[in-house]
Amino acid sequence: MPFRPRDRDWHPRPLDPQYRTSITRSPSQPLLRIDQTASELTGPVFTASDIGPLDHDLLANHGDGNPIGERIVVHGRVTDEDGRAVPHTLVEIWQANAGGRYRHHIDGYLAPLDPNFGGCGRVLTDAQGHYSFRTVKPGAYPWPNGPNTWRPAHIHFSLFGTAFAQRLVTQMYFEGDPLVPRCPIVSTIPDPRAIDLLIAPLDMDAATPFDHLAYRFDIVLRGRDSTPFENRMEGN
Amino acid sequence: MKETPSQTAGPFLHIGLAPQVAGVEGVRDLGTQIIAPDTPGERIRIDGIIRDGAGDPVKDAMIEVWQADASGSHDPGLWGRISADFATGEWSFETIKPGAGQGAAPHLTLYILARGINIGLHTRLYFADEDNAADPVLARVPEPRRATLIAREKGGAYRFEIVLQGADETVFFDA
Ligand SMILES: [Fe+2]
Repeated sequence: MPFRPRDRDWHPRPLDPQYRTSITRSPSQPLLRIDQTASELTGPVFTASDIGPLDHDLLANHGDGNPIGERIVVHGRVTDEDGRAVPHTLVEIWQANAGGRYRHHIDGYLAPLDPNFGGCGRVLTDAQGHYSFRTVKPGAYPWPNGPNTWRPAHIHFSLFGTAFAQRLVTQMYFEGDPLVPRCPIVSTIPDPRAIDLLIAPLDMDAATPFDHLAYRFDIVLRGRDSTPFENRMEGN
Repeated sequence: MKETPSQTAGPFLHIGLAPQVAGVEGVRDLGTQIIAPDTPGERIRIDGIIRDGAGDPVKDAMIEVWQADASGSHDPGLWGRISADFATGEWSFETIKPGAGQGAAPHLTLYILARGINIGLHTRLYFADEDNAADPVLARVPEPRRATLIAREKGGAYRFEIVLQGADETVFFDA
């Protein structure tokens, strides 16, 4: 069964002049709508052998000691638009360290690298679609867009789902961050209800006393199309 | 429930998607090879570049490849990731020529991620030396733009230049 059409008005505008780089990197022609074929209805399958023993634990997967920063767990459930769990699917994350510096040779921000923090994580969801990472809360950082533009604290997420049609790359933000409404990348999403889906609330139930806080980020991938084929409008 | 909205992968996407390319130790890269040494099929090399609307190379882009095997089947299919060269924007990868399947001409599905791309771009790569006449997806593409989806042999490899915006803009799909 094909996936239901993606609501392109819910997703960010490809071109948003407030996000400067999108001006030259966004298609000027409308996307060409095509029926899903085997190429879109299938996708790569990842297994436990693709995941290293510390890939889920950014507190431990780089260097010899604990990184500096606020220790957190980020966890949640991956479902489709019908609320069905997406089990055993690959979730990849990347983020800056607690000072807002990325471990990447093209990042020249003056905040220091942390010898004990790499910033890369990877897990498979369990049978119920749950995932969990241990990490530090990333710092905000400045970037060349406007005269004084800062990214809110965020964690990048990449998901595959069960087919190419469900591929999703996004970013998670933190409840209460005053930089979220000021961010030109967040604001590429026109609908405030869609932005709300990217803001992870503090989750004290998943915090461990004297160890770490927790934030909950549930992720929804495209659902299957329930409309019978013969009732679908041409170009719908 | 509504789908979680997309956000750009940003300039540091390699940290999560190709940590060795970013210079991050501790987590290995997935998808560095699309094929194994014993994967059946005709070995081919594909190279190219992604250009933005100003004609400048997109040097921080990543391309994900998803394709059928030599028999045209996606079960299990072949997948990999290629990073553009940070200095030049050129990229190159080795794979096998996919077979035709279910009425489709041989093609690769490409997914392009980069800073400035707010939702990943989906396109296809077809081959100039294959019979593409009956492909149902190419048939939907207005004739003057079909060439943007066709890789041509050049110097022992297929060349495929992707243009994000402007006169020779590559066709991107919503599927
Ligand atoms: Fe970022």
